[in-house]
Amino acid sequence: MAIDTVLKTILTQPQPLTDLTHPQWDVLIHSAQRVGLLGRVQYLLAAGGLLEGIPEQPKMHLETARIVADNERRIMRWEINRITRALRELQVPILLLKGAAYLVTDLPVSNGRVSSDIDLLVHKKDLTAVEGALKAHGWEHTKLDEYDQLYYRIWSHELPPLRHRERGTVVDVHHTILPPTGRLHPDPEKLLAEALPVKGLPFSVLCPPDMVLHSAAHAFQDGDLKRGLKDIVDLDELLRYFAADGSFWVKLIERGQELNLVRPLYYALRYAKLVLNTPIPQSVMERSQAFAPLWPIPQLMDHFVANVISCRSDGRPGFMHDFAASMLYARSHWLRMPPVLLARHLVHQWLKR
Amino acid sequence: MVHVNSPLANVADGVQLLYKDFPYEVDSFADFHVRLDRPHNHHRLWHPQVLCYLNDECPFAPLPTDQALAVFESLLNFSIYATIYHFLILHAASIERAGYTAILPAPPGSGKSTLCAALVSRGWRLLTDELTLVSPSTGLISPMARPISLKNASIDVMQQFAPQQTFSPKVYNTIKGTIAYMRAPSESVARMHETAAPTWMIFPKYQAGAATSVKLLPKGAAFIRLSSGLVNYSILGAVGFEAMTQLLERTLCYEILYSDLDEAMGWFDRLPTAQ
Repeated sequence: MAIDTVLKTILTQPQPLTDLTHPQWDVLIHSAQRVGLLGRVQYLLAAGGLLEGIPEQPKMHLETARIVADNERRIMRWEINRITRALRELQVPILLLKGAAYLVTDLPVSNGRVSSDIDLLVHKKDLTAVEGALKAHGWEHTKLDEYDQLYYRIWSHELPPLRHRERGTVVDVHHTILPPTGRLHPDPEKLLAEALPVKGLPFSVLCPPDMVLHSAAHAFQDGDLKRGLKDIVDLDELLRYFAADGSFWVKLIERGQELNLVRPLYYALRYAKLVLNTPIPQSVMERSQAFAPLWPIPQLMDHFVANVISCRSDGRPGFMHDFAASMLYARSHWLRMPPVLLARHLVHQWLKR
Repeated sequence: MVHVNSPLANVADGVQLLYKDFPYEVDSFADFHVRLDRPHNHHRLWHPQVLCYLNDECPFAPLPTDQALAVFESLLNFSIYATIYHFLILHAASIERAGYTAILPAPPGSGKSTLCAALVSRGWRLLTDELTLVSPSTGLISPMARPISLKNASIDVMQQFAPQQTFSPKVYNTIKGTIAYMRAPSESVARMHETAAPTWMIFPKYQAGAATSVKLLPKGAAFIRLSSGLVNYSILGAVGFEAMTQLLERTLCYEILYSDLDEAMGWFDRLPTAQ
């Protein structure tokens, strides 16, 4: 069986892995690690009681992955605690996004998920105050180059990353979820208006449909699927979990239309279903067809996504993978800024090298 | 188990020389996939460079091809300390004799590797020269028996002191100066899978002209000294703290100031084995 298939099976319906050979274990462990999913794999195998019988060496790498994931969770909890202290007095609405939001709301997607950067969303008018408070508590800008600073401040949807002087942890402060220079402009006021408070913390998180839409936008509008499968795993987990609420799917589609995010939603649903067989109702799949781009874009995207999440039989990215990855990278830039600005940005980045 | 891929002759020769006694396997599980290659750029013609990869990611900037063997050894060290967390890792050498084990933690320049090379040339078993792996559950050290890295003046010192050992060619102009590697004795390699229980924690300090002097260190002071050489301690969290406490509880901690190798080794031979 191809290791791609084994990995996808573990991620969706873990089963005993008794008949894998040593070279197959090698490919499985290293390809899962390459895309940042080894912690997830460990969690799912442990939760399914499937760690026993795994040969010593792969088991050791799984154990290492658990320790790393536990450490990231501990760091993230502590960072949230520190950010709470730094921002409490401001009395402005603050949202936790992505990993931090999954962690504080205890979503299943946060189990074994590796990422300790914290993303915040605030009203644009509160940006300066939040930045000031974080700086007063030990965070500082990492990108000191004047062009980079200006780039972030004028064209980006977030402040330049703030890194804590002593702990080295990074906070990204967003005022919206996609770059203002891009094609899609979900209204951040709408996101903030529907946000749900987190128990015991002065923060909120996006409501479930918005959480999925943000993850979709991050993977298919702003991002380039660099970690391929990991982005799709996030979407799959969120969709499976939120689907328990019977009205979720209707809300998701309506909210996608309201926020102008139907295109990334189309891709998210399509690839979650195709790659990880996410149980999405047929009616939802059919409705999302209306959000598909024109021929031949969907065919090309199918091709690129399939290649970017697969690897050669030795587990290493092959030529088709690299080609697909560079096409998706180019696409993410194309979607991020208008051609003239893109050209200007690329020329500047090239001259700087 | 490491999978190595490189078209560079000095890497192949170095690996063959330094890892001669190591088992060789195909179709097995490799903990690390390392690759040393020439980058495709203009340097290729005038200043040939080597780029290294760990599992297809490139952790270091390119270096001149002459240094490829040192790059390989550093990459293996990096592979271990950056990706292995089920051991508490100390930046320390470890040696064993008759079931008693000494851990020699020390910052670079303290003469740790020189002392370690000298002792393994006089009957001690080499567990490791650079990174000591301690199991948090058993408190035992897992040996690696990789080559000992000698720097600058200590290369010639050791070649005279232990001419029976095998040394790699010198690698010049690295960030640490000149480096050469001494191959682990065959017996240490053969016993690579025998774990060892720590007995002593000895902080060596080489100082030219100094008379040998030894001081017993309180555990607290040893802990603080060790902390600068801890590689993954903070990631291990409470487990790391417990492993450290256990390690210090079972070891006698000393500081030894020395300049004469023979004198220092005489002291090692007389180390008390019980607290």
